[in-house]
Amino acid sequence: MKPPAFDYLRAETVGDVLEGLAQQGGDARVLAGGQSLMAMLNMRLAKPKLLIDIMRLEELRKIDRKADAVVIGAGVRQADLLAWPELAEALPLVALALPWVGHMQTRSRGTICGSLAHADPSAEMPLALVALGGEVLLRSAKRRRRVAAQDFFAGMMLTARSDDELIEGISLPVIQGSRVAFREVARRHGDFAIVACAAMKTATGVRLAVGGVADVPTARDWPPLQGGALDDVLNAFAYELGARDDVHATARYRRDLVRMIGRDLIGEVLQ
Amino acid sequence: MTRLKADARHSVRLTLNGKPVQSEAEPRMLLSDFLRHQIGATGTHVGCEHGVCGACTIVVDGMLTRSCLTLAAQVDGCEIQTVEGLAPSADRLGVLQQAFRRNHALQCGFCTAGILMSLDHYLARNPAPTEAEIRDLLSGHLCRCTGYTPIIQAALEAAAQLASSKKETSDA
Ligand SMILES: Cc1cc2nc3c(=O)[nH]c(=O)nc-3n(C[C@@H](O)[C@H](O)[C@H](O)COP(=O)(O)OP(=O)(O)OC[C@H]3O[C@@H](n4cnc5c(N)ncnc54)[C@H](O)[C@@H]3O)c2cc1C
Ligand code: FES
Ligand code: FES
Repeated sequence: MKPPAFDYLRAETVGDVLEGLAQQGGDARVLAGGQSLMAMLNMRLAKPKLLIDIMRLEELRKIDRKADAVVIGAGVRQADLLAWPELAEALPLVALALPWVGHMQTRSRGTICGSLAHADPSAEMPLALVALGGEVLLRSAKRRRRVAAQDFFAGMMLTARSDDELIEGISLPVIQGSRVAFREVARRHGDFAIVACAAMKTATGVRLAVGGVADVPTARDWPPLQGGALDDVLNAFAYELGARDDVHATARYRRDLVRMIGRDLIGEVLQ
Repeated sequence: MTRLKADARHSVRLTLNGKPVQSEAEPRMLLSDFLRHQIGATGTHVGCEHGVCGACTIVVDGMLTRSCLTLAAQVDGCEIQTVEGLAPSADRLGVLQQAFRRNHALQCGFCTAGILMSLDHYLARNPAPTEAEIRDLLSGHLCRCTGYTPIIQAALEAAAQLASSKKETSDA
């Protein structure tokens, strides 16, 4: 199908974006890579009056390495981050998860921040943000604020972003020498995950984050458990996530994946 | 800042396979429709119109792009490559196209334009791909006829041929 009618604004400064969002609020949408938004428009699942194209803003197209964090601007495409030479060393979990986001033909256009704004419960970048405990940098004409990953995702395709806010970028912590693992099960590589899991060794034990099951990516911290004790917490976690049946998989299959992949990944990072 | 009104048509200029073209589009017009209906470049096919099938894949400013997920207005001033630009001349096929023909890598041909664009873009940057890499690239395309095996075969054959032809020119 074809998109409904809207005005198109090609922003030349961040000020243009903030002004457009302030004036039209909920009737305006930021257009980043378009890999989710354009599909929604074509299917008429969204009917904005104004699209604000942010992809000609050089100032948003930055990957900024700080002492203990990497700040990724709203204009950074998924392919740009994958090609960043420091990725595997600075953000090893993102390096593992990002190749699972869509296909080469969608990563070339889609942005990191667009994926977070879209907030699909099965998406890999929201999972990585929650697993790493990153922050989302929001900006409106009136104020700037930082929202922690676990407070940002509010439900299926719902976030703490208000209508007049641009996601200017995200900040992901660089955790020196951390051990990480990632695994996903999807019908085909590049499809949205049925279950995706990320694990990380922490100072006190281990963290497991799961996407594709609950409405939002969800993380849990545990001490370094093994054997039956580990199986018990994983089983409890799998049930807490409230899996549902859908056309891709049953709730039971999803719980099974959480238990099995969870155990494998935790074993890997604690090794 | 440029704001284009919803109900008006606006000029869009771009370079298509090296040649400047210009036409008009409402903001909501998809690039796939702009190419096919406004410019008359019907080599780019439209399957699903939501980014899944890959039939509409083209190259915009060096980036593989689903033209059905892109607005004509977004690419004003950009360089675009489509399947019409692959053959060296009107009566000759390019190396990749010849390999498709030899290997029966197309039947109805609906998916072919997009697959050729992905492979052409990929092989130019990755001259010695593995089969696994070609399969990964092709995950972004659906073909309902060939079963993919001949497509993978054609891609690997074209890569080998392109690599050896490059060697010959550089030796000469
Ligand atoms: C075939 C296909 C397969 C895919 N598979 C996957 C997959 O496996 N995993 C996955 O995670 N994704 C997948 N995607 C979606 C992914 O490709 C998108 O890139 C991503 O979801 C959105 O990023 P975008 O830059 O394209 O954003 P857009 O589509 O431009 O925008 C998406 C939403 O976010 C808003 N938005 C974007 N940027 C900002 C910003 N800076 N501030 C405020 N709001 C903003 C938009 O207004 C819109 O509501 C797939 C897409 C396709 C077409
Ligand atoms: S028509 Fe664009 S991906 Fe199917
Ligand atoms: S050749 Fe018919 S869909 Fe691919």
